[in-house]
Amino acid sequence: MTDRRPPPARKKARFTPFDFLMFGILIAGMIYIVYRVDQVLVYHWEWHTVFEYVVRRDETGALVPNVLLTGLMSTLRLAFWGTIAAAIIGLVTGLCRTSSNLFLRSVARLYVELIRNIPPLVFIFVFYFFISGQIMPALGIDEFVRSASPESAAVVELLFSPIGLFSNFLAGVICLSLFEGAYISEIVRAGIQSIEKGQWEAARAIGLSRFNVLRDVILPQAIRKILPPLAGQFITLVKDSAIVSLISIQELTYVATEVAATTTRVFETWIIVGFLYFAVCYSLALLFGRLEKKMQTGRR
Amino acid sequence: MNDTNPMLEMRGVGKWYGDFCALYDVNLKLQRAERMVICGPSGSGKSTVIRCVNRLEEHQAGQILLDGVELTEDTRNIERVRREVGMVFQHFNLFPHLSILDNLTLGPIRNLKMPKKEARELALHYLERVRIAEQAGKYPGEMSGGQQQRVAIARALCMKPKLMLFDEPTSALDPEMISGVLDVMVELAGDGMTMICVTHEMGFAREVADTMVFMDRGEIVEVGPPSEFFNNPTSDRARLFLSQILSHH
Ligand SMILES: Nc1ncnc2c1ncn2[C@@H]1O[C@H](COP(=O)(O)OP(=O)(O)O)[C@@H](O)[C@H]1O
Ligand SMILES: [Mg+2]
Repeated sequence: MTDRRPPPARKKARFTPFDFLMFGILIAGMIYIVYRVDQVLVYHWEWHTVFEYVVRRDETGALVPNVLLTGLMSTLRLAFWGTIAAAIIGLVTGLCRTSSNLFLRSVARLYVELIRNIPPLVFIFVFYFFISGQIMPALGIDEFVRSASPESAAVVELLFSPIGLFSNFLAGVICLSLFEGAYISEIVRAGIQSIEKGQWEAARAIGLSRFNVLRDVILPQAIRKILPPLAGQFITLVKDSAIVSLISIQELTYVATEVAATTTRVFETWIIVGFLYFAVCYSLALLFGRLEKKMQTGRR
Repeated sequence: MNDTNPMLEMRGVGKWYGDFCALYDVNLKLQRAERMVICGPSGSGKSTVIRCVNRLEEHQAGQILLDGVELTEDTRNIERVRREVGMVFQHFNLFPHLSILDNLTLGPIRNLKMPKKEARELALHYLERVRIAEQAGKYPGEMSGGQQQRVAIARALCMKPKLMLFDEPTSALDPEMISGVLDVMVELAGDGMTMICVTHEMGFAREVADTMVFMDRGEIVEVGPPSEFFNNPTSDRARLFLSQILSHH
């Protein structure tokens, strides 16, 4: 080696002729599907019928959101509260799973295994009827909300759901967060256990209590590591929120089922709904990606 | 807790990992300002001894008395021990997500409930002593191994410990980094700090140690002043160990 200059940079990634062939096949496939639908099934696309369920003109001619958009808003509210609750459940049970206390460890383990080994549908059915049939009436949630002043009722409707459906919405949030919490619990546990033993020892050696070791040393490092899988799980939560449509919570999928039935425009409805979900989830993915970058560049 | 107590006393201490006996009948006495160096082959229980002293490990037989007070399971007792005993690890174990300054102030702020400003001044004082005050704002990942280990020493000193434990503080360092760390330790010894060092740096041991302890298979085989230990080791095991370790230096 006589030369101190760096070696020439590698060639940039490029599409090969093979890639172009694959693209060609993909596009041909799509054209075929469109052809089948259009010519063979003789399907007449009627996008405007369904678009009216996204936004409509009211009596004054102004554009106002229609059921599909309000359904999307319900989905977002459901996902928002579900994410917060699932994060708390996941954090607490994840911590329990790394606890030295056998009781806490066993209970958390039971919870995680139970949920991960039951189909979501079955879980939702069993749990929903228990929560909404037994717990909600016992707590008197509906009476409580109905007795609220008009101002607070408006706040409830903005943040949660129509007053009459509040306990149903709450049951949905609980089901969804209990379900997703089990997966977050696993992520949290793995994150905590991925921090090397030396960090615990060093923190304990300067006299930190177990609580402070977790809060000041272990969790800040673990969070950085688990951010990508955590982000993935939150996006999954948005998608999974569709299952609570089965317990008559009027979120996007529930509304879409009704719109598809009344208009009989099945393809259009579900393509639009699919696009709405995609827009929300992909925006979240981009957001989390930026957050991750920010945390990485901040410090190592 | 008066000045006539030894700083540390171990009486018949035993420790098992399952069926494996890691420590057997360990008896030690350490006076104030005494400097003890523990050596012995790998796996002989050196780390286990000093980890029992600040209760990173629990002993299962015998007694350990720190400044006349026996170590128990009681949390307050453990917090006191951690406050009074500083520890330096082979792999530094700095907190990578915290700046050097925050690494140092964490213990005083949390355990000693010291105000932030005071903790900061204390930290800067000790960083000065280990000669890295100008790097207080950096993160551990941006420093060399030798610098990180000196930060780790300063972090332990910030708790104003009565006793310092060192577990092979230079074994993970590149050769050119070792002397910087040893210098700091020699200085600390000169200031009258009571310390136990597990190390294979025999030059350091000769210069600093008041007492040499040789361990093998979980037992203390030999205890004595360095002059005796290096010149006339009584046991065959110590003789063998010394011949192996000194032939490399
Ligand atoms: N957590 C543990 N579980 C099982 N065995 C252990 C554990 N820690 C240490 N040991 C064993 O105890 C013995 C003494 O270990 P250690 O004190 O680390 O030795 P040294 O520091 O002298 O090299 C070794 O044989 C080691 O394998
Ligand atoms: Mg060791």
